[in-house]
This record gives sequence, C-alpha cells and structure tokens, in this order.
Amino acid sequence: MLARTASYLYWIGRYMERAEFTARLIEATLRLDALSARPAGEAAWASALSVAAAREDFEKTGESITPTNVANFLTFSKDNPNSIYNCLYTARMNARAVRTALTREGWESINRAWLAIDGRSSVGSAQGTINLLEALIAESRGFEGALHRMLRQESHYFLMLGESIERADNTARLIDVKYHIILPEGEEVGGMVDRDQWGTILQTVSANTAFRWLYRDGLSPRRVVEMLILRRELPRSIAATVDEVASLLSELGKLTGYQGEADRLARLRQQRINATGIREIITGGLHQYLQAFIEENRLLSQAITRQFRFD
Amino acid sequence: MANRYFDEIWGNSRGRKPRPGFESIARWIRETPRRELRRRQDSAETAFRQLGITFNVYGDEDEAERIIPFDIIPRVFTADEWSKLSDGLEQRVTALNMFLEDVYGDRKILNDGIVPADLILCNPGFTPLVNGHRPPHGIYAHICGIDMVRTGPDEFLVLEDNARTPSGVSYMLENREAMLRLCPELFETFEVEPVDGYPDALGEMMQAVAPEGASGDPCCVLLTPGHFNSAFYEHSFLADNIGIELVEAADLVVDDDIVWMRTIEGRKRVDVIYRRIDDDFLDPLVFRPDSMLGVPGLMAAYFAGNVTLINAPGGGIADDKAIYSYMPEIVKYYSGQDAKLPNVETWRCREADALKYTLDNLAELVVKKVDGSGGYGMLVGPTSTTEEIEEFRAALKANPDGYIAQPTLALSTVPTLTEKGIKGRHVDFRPFCLSDGKGVTTIPGGLTRVALREGSLVVNSSQGGGTKDSLVLRPESEQPEAKD
Repeated sequence: MLARTASYLYWIGRYMERAEFTARLIEATLRLDALSARPAGEAAWASALSVAAAREDFEKTGESITPTNVANFLTFSKDNPNSIYNCLYTARMNARAVRTALTREGWESINRAWLAIDGRSSVGSAQGTINLLEALIAESRGFEGALHRMLRQESHYFLMLGESIERADNTARLIDVKYHIILPEGEEVGGMVDRDQWGTILQTVSANTAFRWLYRDGLSPRRVVEMLILRRELPRSIAATVDEVASLLSELGKLTGYQGEADRLARLRQQRINATGIREIITGGLHQYLQAFIEENRLLSQAITRQFRFD
Repeated sequence: MANRYFDEIWGNSRGRKPRPGFESIARWIRETPRRELRRRQDSAETAFRQLGITFNVYGDEDEAERIIPFDIIPRVFTADEWSKLSDGLEQRVTALNMFLEDVYGDRKILNDGIVPADLILCNPGFTPLVNGHRPPHGIYAHICGIDMVRTGPDEFLVLEDNARTPSGVSYMLENREAMLRLCPELFETFEVEPVDGYPDALGEMMQAVAPEGASGDPCCVLLTPGHFNSAFYEHSFLADNIGIELVEAADLVVDDDIVWMRTIEGRKRVDVIYRRIDDDFLDPLVFRPDSMLGVPGLMAAYFAGNVTLINAPGGGIADDKAIYSYMPEIVKYYSGQDAKLPNVETWRCREADALKYTLDNLAELVVKKVDGSGGYGMLVGPTSTTEEIEEFRAALKANPDGYIAQPTLALSTVPTLTEKGIKGRHVDFRPFCLSDGKGVTTIPGGLTRVALREGSLVVNSSQGGGTKDSLVLRPESEQPEAKD
C-alpha cells in the first residue's frame, strides 16, 4: 500500500471519529441544558468547548458563550479546525484522494455526511440542531458499519487505527474536563447538577445503558470514571481502545511483516493499563493520569506516522 | 443549411416512423410515461452525486464540483452499424500508431511527401525530445478516443482524434450501471453488448506493453495529477476497477533510471504507468520546470527502457487538427486502403486558398484552433453574433497557421428528455480503442455526449453538454435461440 494512502486512511478514521464525537458532545450538552433542574448554562457550554479543545479558538472570535454561539462554532465554524464541518471536509477530501482504498459504501457514508452539512451555516433552532446532529451521527454509524464490512486488509486496519487513536484521545479529554468543571456555587459533588453532568458524559460516549448493566447501584463519579477508563466491555473505554490499537498494529505487522516503535509503545501502555486499578488512578490524581495518557497517545500517533512512512 | 436533421431513431420521418430495427426502442420511448422517465433520470443523477461522479469546471469556483447531466434515453447502434464503425476505428487507430512511430522514427511519410515536413517538424505538438526513441512495443497511442459525428444513416465522420489522454470512459461504464438499474426492461427487450469488460481489457493491455525487461507480473499504476483535477473521479474509478494503485507524483521517485513507488513497506518498482498528466507536466527536468505534478527523472527512466508510459509522450502531434486533415492520406499510406471512416471536410487556413474561402464564409463555418480542445477557442459561425465573427476574423488573420475551418455539420439528433418533453438533441460519440501492439480492441459502446440546449451543436461538458448511455445491439444470429 502507498504510504500516502495509509496516511490518508488513518486521518479519515481520526476525523470521522472526531466529527461523531463532537456531534454527540453537542447533543448531550443541549440535553443537559434542557433537562437540568437549573439551567446548566454557560458552564456546560464552556466545558463542551474544552472537551472539543476549541476553547482558545472560540475566545478569539470574541463571541459570548451562548448555546447557539457554541453549537455553531463546534458545528460549522471554518475557524475551528476541529469543527464538524472541518472534520468532514478533510475526511472527505482525503477520501476522494484515496477512493480506491475505500469501499463504495464507505465513501458514500462520508460523502453523505458532508452533503448534510455543506451549504448550511447555522444550527438554527434547538430542534434543527438536533435533527442535523442526528443525521450526522447516523451517517457516521453508516461509516462505522461500512468499515466493519471491509476486507480485512491494510486499508481496513489503517482506518480502524485512526479511529481507535482518536477515540482514546476523545474519551480521555471528556473525562478530564469533568475534573475541571466548576460546580455552580452551593452545589455539592454528587448533587443534582453534578449527576446531570456525569449523565451527559455517559450520553456523549453512548454509554448510559451500558452503565446500568455494569453497575446496578446508581451513578457515582468514581464508577463512571472506572467504567470509562478501565472497563474493556465498553468499546469507548480507554482500556478497550488501548487493546484495539495494539491488536490492529499486530494485524498490520502480520500483513506487512514489519513491526517497530509503534508496536512497542502500544504494548507497553497495554501492559501498564492492565496493571492499574481505579484506586491508584484516583490517588495519583485523575487529571495527571489523563494528561499523561493523552501525551502517550500523541507519541504513539507520531510513532505510527514514522513506522509507516506517512511523511 | 437544412433545418431537418437526421434523427437516429426516427430517421428523417420527423417522429412518424422509426428507422428499421428501431421499432421497439421507439415504442419504449413512446410508451414509458414522461413522469416515470423524469423520476428515473433524477434518481440516476442523485446516485451520481452520492458516488461523487463529478467534474470541476475551470474558473467556476462556486460550483467546483458538478455532475454532468445524464439523459435517460439511450442512443442505440445496430450490430451492423457497430461492425462498420469498429472496422473503421481499428484501421484508423492502427494507422495513427504507425504514423507516430514513423514521424519519430524513419519519417518515411515525410520523405514521400504525403504530409508536409514543416507541418510536423515545426508543430508545437511535435516533441523533438522523443525523436528517435521507440517506445516499448512501438505503441504510442495505447488508448485512443476517436470523436465521431453522424449526419445520415451511413454517414459516420471522424471529428477529432484524441491520442493523448482521452477521458470520459468512466461515464460509459457508470451510465450503463445506471441504465441497468433504472431501465431493466430495456435490457430484457434488447440483447446489448456489455461494456464492463473495459477495465479488464485495459489492465491486460497494460500488462502486455510492459518493458521487455519487466518481471512476469509487471507493476502497473495510474498516475493522477491529484484529487483537484477535473477528471479525478475517472482516475480513481479506473484504478479501482483495474485493481492497480492510484499514485500522485509525490508517491513516485526515480533512482538510477528506475521508477519506484513509496509504500508502507518501503519502495516498490514500477513498470507501467498509465499517466493522466499531459506531456508538459510529466517531468520537470525535461518539460516544464515549474510542474508540481510531475516526477523528476521519469523521462530518463523512460529513455532507459525501464518504464512504459501510456500514452507515450509525443502523441499529441496526432491530435493536431491540421494533421487531422491529412488522416485520409495517412490511413491510405499505412494500410494501403481507403479510409473506412471519412473525415469532416477541412480547410487548412495555412493554405492561402483555404484561408480566403474561410474568411469569405465565416458565418457558415466552424473554425477551430489546431491545438484546441474542450470546445474552447472555436467559432460556430451560424450561431455567433457579428461581433464574435469579426473578433475571430482578426485572430484568424493574425495567425492563419493556427486554425482550420469545417462546414457546420447537420449533426444527428437523438430523442432527449427536456423541460418541454422529449425532443431531438444533437449528439456526438467517443468510442475508446485499446492498442497493445498485437491488435486494436474497441469496447462495444462509448461516450455519447448530447448538447442539451435547443439547437446547440456544442456537446462539451464544459459548455452545457450531457451524456447518454450508448447501447450496441448484438447481431441477430448471436441472440440466444429459444430452447425446444
């Protein structure tokens, strides 16, 4: 496989995952805003910006943090490199360039997602937003489905690899932001607003029901954190993505006959997470743990770039 | 000029009586409800958009990606019509390749005075760089798109030869896919020759023309200028269907006169390149130094005999419209026979008499640049304003060598679904011919382009043209007989 093709596929995986994650994030924030006993307001939208790593870019626009402004910025803004619009634009451009490595349905789902967003400029009403986001999420589910029906060869593995690396990063940032959320004055940890916020997080990673299955006894921050980091049963947990990256790299190794730095890093962090418990993470500091993981994930992505000669 | 045009279904009967052999297609057109045709056509265009079968129009930023309009009513060739056409094409394409090998080799045809030597040697399309270098297997134009028009039942004329990098074959294939899906009853009524063998035929040809020293399983690639190119969809479609890598210049590197592609496992040697990049941009070391699309050193690898380029550099000379005018002589010179497919009558403005005639009759003629394409830089006298004609007159006088003139042809029409119902619209036709050094293969079908505007004779997609499927019927005798 051409190195450029591999690189484009990897980034298609990353951008499609990022677009879906951002769509879910906005959807969950809208819900939080609408359902909370007290409007979650600015704090919820500010935290959505942080999760999407878009806070600085948003501040540059000089706009105030309102639901419409933030939703627009995360969805459509061309100035936000991580907006859904930009993710889909880049994913589609890459997909066009490597059409031959994608299946027809893989391409079509990316193209349909792009056509759904292209030419629109504002989310409009809350209902309009939800409709658009639902359409986008449906298309990325279609992409995911197409991905799983692909022949198990290099192109499949590079797309999946991009998706898994991105998912690991997204989940880690999602949990980390919770750490930063400043509860409105007078609210207690574990109180109503806090619970809603954890609920939002579960919804963002579509793990509401999963949580009920795994933990019969009510929502607690510690359990949510444990599930999102360590429970392999949850496909978006950090542990699950860590396993997946390691196994995708080893499949690629079998096909190409090459293994290298990326394999070594991936296995190393797999061993480490295997040996880690939730108590250890909390004691050592959740924020520190997540920051270290995000950095590790970035280095692994760089190692992949080198190992497969993306540049 | 007569206002009555030959219609490929109705002949000259003005819709009263179909031509012999076209009764059932006429019935299909008459009996399928307009609304149903419209629905199918919309459905085809939606599918094309979703597939991303788009092309870019240069200088049209807002609509960077457009689909070419598709017309649901097919054009039909009888087996007999096709067999004459394909014989003529084989003769012409064979002669074209012999001509190219000759002008870059022994120049017999120039020495024998058939074609003026200065017309070749001073032509911008002539590439001195490849002079004296015989490409692998002696083939220059591996893939030819011959543009044809029709003016009557037996009058098929060649309008243009495309020996550089003819495009449009993906439409032949995708239009058929759409028709099979949307109008299955047509294919039950008729025995239609399939076109889907084209990618395999192309792949086999590529293997067959690999350099002599290549391994038994030569590595073939398709080189695209990139995904911003207007024909990118076609490039990816073909690479995908042949099962070869689609590469950009940056994926290739030439080392010690050998072409390599960069893969995730390191370098892999490349033997055959179907390049969809013009000569000028192919290699910045020998052609345009500012080319970002080309591969430095590619021509050195070519001259060393280490790689086959499809089509071979230098073939553009055969696309020149002044040289086109000599094609009947060229065909006769190499085949010893009269050309089976006639040319359109052509006045070479480089000749004084022809120039005078052209200037005197500008309002009736079509005047083209000898090196123009895509419907740009041409004058269609009868549909032009006085100012346009005068503007062209000045250009023509300033550079007579740069132009040829042809009569305005009464192009045949094919029933087409328009806003005002089904109307005849003018068409042309581009079949695709593959040459592998052993013979010429023409896939039974091609690209029919249709001028969607009423009365328009310009079918180019950049000028508002659309496409139709082109059905070639199987010979009666080969139709499966009923079992007893």
